[in-house]
Amino acid sequence: MSDMMDDMDEGGEGVVKKFMFVNRKAPHGTIYALEGLEVVLISAAFDQDVSMVFVDDGVYELIKGVNTKGIEVKDFSKTYRALEGYDIEKLYVEKASMDARGLTEDDLIVDVTVLDSAEMANLMAEQDVVISY
Amino acid sequence: MPMVEVAGKSFEVDEEGYLTNLNDWNQDIAEYLAKEEKVEMTESHWDVVNFLREYYDEYQIAPAVRVLTKAVAKKLGPEKGNNKYLYELFPYGPAKQACKIAGLPKPTGCI
Repeated sequence: MSDMMDDMDEGGEGVVKKFMFVNRKAPHGTIYALEGLEVVLISAAFDQDVSMVFVDDGVYELIKGVNTKGIEVKDFSKTYRALEGYDIEKLYVEKASMDARGLTEDDLIVDVTVLDSAEMANLMAEQDVVISY
Repeated sequence: MPMVEVAGKSFEVDEEGYLTNLNDWNQDIAEYLAKEEKVEMTESHWDVVNFLREYYDEYQIAPAVRVLTKAVAKKLGPEKGNNKYLYELFPYGPAKQACKIAGLPKPTGCI
């Protein structure tokens, strides 16, 4: 155990895996988006290679100017902006999902990399672990 | 949920003593929560507590301790943004204790 702590203090010599969290659902109406985001924030403590992907209605999780007053739930969209401080900087959105919803990068609350479907498939194939919400 | 009374008003806290409603927070409650944690508030403590409230306002979460340390270093300088300094102020964990005093929920990723 003490060896493990030493490793962590020294910046980690443990195994680093590529984890991808795939977000497919709209931010509200189900608990998936918020729970998924919390899992990502927790995963940051383990110094893994984490990326987040937003496809289908998942792209709505990142839109600017959200107001949740009317549905009386917490607006956690600002929390995506905290990811950078957690060293989670690999955020990808799928172009077709954005196009289908009339969204561009300018509509999003964080900087993302836009990938087409083939690039997205390649990126997924490179991962050790893919967790989908 | 348990209730606590501070300066003639009662406030709801959870089973671990964290304030349930962020908007209930004021200086009196902070002093009360600090006392519960056996922390004597100084200007340095307030700097961190106020910083946490600003962080929460901006990002809607309480930061993990590693993230807090880094963010404090950026905002208040490296002599304050380090584990030693923050643990001296809040011996039982800066994220946990300072968040509690700041009226924030328990930090996400607090392990």
